[in-house]
Amino acid sequence: MDILWAESNALTAREVGRLIADRDLAPTTVMTVLDRLTRKGFLERTRDGRAWRYQPAESRDAYIAELMLEALDLTGDRSAALTRFAQAVSGTEAEILRRALTELEEE
Amino acid sequence: MITAAALAALATACAVGSWRFTTARWTSRAPRLAIILWQSLGVCWGLATTGAMLAFAVQPYDAGVLPGLIAFAQGETPAQAWDPLHVLALIAGLTALAVLIAVLLTAGVQALRARRRHRMLLALISHDDPGVPGVRVLAHPSAAAYCVPGLRSQVVVSEGALKLLSEDELTAVLAHEAAHVRERHDLVLLPFAALRRALPWSKVVADAQAQVELLVEMAADDRARRYCSPRRLATALLRFGSAGAMPTPHGMLGVHVQNVMARVDRLIKPAPELAASVRYGFIALSVTLVTAAPFLWVIQL
Repeated sequence: MDILWAESNALTAREVGRLIADRDLAPTTVMTVLDRLTRKGFLERTRDGRAWRYQPAESRDAYIAELMLEALDLTGDRSAALTRFAQAVSGTEAEILRRALTELEEE
Repeated sequence: MITAAALAALATACAVGSWRFTTARWTSRAPRLAIILWQSLGVCWGLATTGAMLAFAVQPYDAGVLPGLIAFAQGETPAQAWDPLHVLALIAGLTALAVLIAVLLTAGVQALRARRRHRMLLALISHDDPGVPGVRVLAHPSAAAYCVPGLRSQVVVSEGALKLLSEDELTAVLAHEAAHVRERHDLVLLPFAALRRALPWSKVVADAQAQVELLVEMAADDRARRYCSPRRLATALLRFGSAGAMPTPHGMLGVHVQNVMARVDRLIKPAPELAASVRYGFIALSVTLVTAAPFLWVIQL
């Protein structure tokens, strides 16, 4: 996935396999992984002759943003899928917390 | 008739009790006990409300709710003929029961799906940090620390959080998350979140959910303070709350500041524990609530 994110254009399984230089992977292994990621919706593929060309469905940052939105409970549905440490507050309310924090640190 | 009336009275008592309980002050002194009481109130209310309607509906069979429903399902002819009122009660009762069960199941399935996707994405984009073993790190400047519950729970922190907190504070935050994992707080929250989705207009349900969310955090704080300094946990909380790097959507904000301050206060100045007699009183109340409704479902008065 990192390799595909690093490349700007779509790659075939063979090219991905060549780029994973540090590990000697069989081409079928690479193909299986790419196929599985495609089925889960993380990759998109287009026909190119006899091979498939793979491309990330979303940028890495988009996925990170998606996770963070869920993590900070900003999706708005207040689902119980995750348990969070604390939620951030904004503006004047944050000021109250900041003051309490200084008090605590001074003691 | 008496069973239906008793169940209706029980449902009303639960509703009134929940309404009163949303403003109770002792809850922060014994969060676990309060959570148990909320759960029993919820179970009892659900069973009593649907049971009251069904008990009235199966009157023609002259049997308890459960035996009556079984007789109905097997297509037996009742002792007395059906009349529109009883049929109406039967439809209403069965619908309410079905809705409650369906809502719970969908909420569970949705949470599982969301978690599975979350976990898959984490596997793709999070990385390990030698400084915090066993914790997934997300490359994002905002502060976030949470756990993805499940059979193999994962604790996740963002790079923003790592930068924001001192080492001791981070230990405290991780202890807090480990407490969530250990006590399976996600399972506590799930039914309340589901109920809220089923009854979005009910203020009591919304308050109850907010209360339980806070109580769960307090319970996790209580466990975490055994392994770390409560003071560090409190400063971590305040730092987190005031970091606010992400733009926050409108609504549901006012309570947060109070919640954070309530948690900080009880970490710094713990209130005395509830008296044993009060504690046992509430436990007895929970047990009564949880057993009363099923009892009335089976037995006809």
